[in-house]
Amino acid sequence: MFVATTVSSGVVVLVGAVFLACAVEMVEALTIVLAVGHTRGWRSAFEGTGAALAALAALVAVFGPALVRIPLSDLRLVVGGVLLIFGMQWLRKAILRSSGLKAKHDEDAIYQEVVAELRAAGSSPDRDRIAFVMAFKGVFLEGLEVVITVLTLGTSAHRLGLAATVAAIAVALVGLVGAVVAKQLSSVPENAMKMSVGILLMSYGTFWTGEGLNVRWPGNDTMLVVLIGVYAAATWLLVVTLRREFPALSEEVAS
Amino acid sequence: MSDEQPVPIRLLRSFAMFWWDFLVGDTPEIFVAALVIIGAVALMRDVGQFNAAAVVALPLLAVGALAVTIRRAQRAARRK
Repeated sequence: MFVATTVSSGVVVLVGAVFLACAVEMVEALTIVLAVGHTRGWRSAFEGTGAALAALAALVAVFGPALVRIPLSDLRLVVGGVLLIFGMQWLRKAILRSSGLKAKHDEDAIYQEVVAELRAAGSSPDRDRIAFVMAFKGVFLEGLEVVITVLTLGTSAHRLGLAATVAAIAVALVGLVGAVVAKQLSSVPENAMKMSVGILLMSYGTFWTGEGLNVRWPGNDTMLVVLIGVYAAATWLLVVTLRREFPALSEEVAS
Repeated sequence: MSDEQPVPIRLLRSFAMFWWDFLVGDTPEIFVAALVIIGAVALMRDVGQFNAAAVVALPLLAVGALAVTIRRAQRAARRK
């Protein structure tokens, strides 16, 4: 019973972190793909997207099995360090955005920017190279962070298959929702999702850094839940403090 | 100049640049903080009650590092 509980808490955190990270990055990639499709035609947009997804899947297939061969404690120490850095970077951005110190990611503005860039590039022939490259770059670059998340979380937890499946489901789901809502991606609560991912990545990063240094966490994987609580409380405290110090900026964010 | 370099060198350079941007980028303090956290906990190995100390120190140091990087951004915003 205890074993089942500890395993499930680790799996839940893994699934949540991969799904949210993948969904956030997919929203950003989808904005570019939608702009390319609406402006230059869907054929090249889909071809670019498909090629990028295939390249990302190949990266997981090549590097995943290679990473599994590294001794687990060394792998967890390196992965823990990377996730700690990655998580702190995400959380820092999300905290600064929610307190108004940094501009929020505006999907509408990015959409308009890409459309303007594509229109300036001239007419679109049958095989549109510009549209293909734009869609490929958008999906591949946004997807690279997802690949790193999937590889690090998946290999360290010995659940690469699960992590890759969750990422694929997130891609399909966001793609489907994106096709339905079309240009309304700006209504996705991106910053809240980024904040959650940052907290989850920092929690996993701390956990595996400890494991790599031979720390025995009380309650094993259940400690992840405690770490999530600690980082969520710290995040809340930092946001509240910043909003008090910069009330004018916070009002702008609220409006 | 970079166009004159052989393809493997250019690929290696791009790979290194990707990891540099990914791990260091515009927040070098986070990269340094992660190294300090790992180093500090590794040094605590010889201390008595290592496990209990590490369980407390790891998240506390991470929260401290997060506060420092936020404080740094805050100071930069004030200067503007």
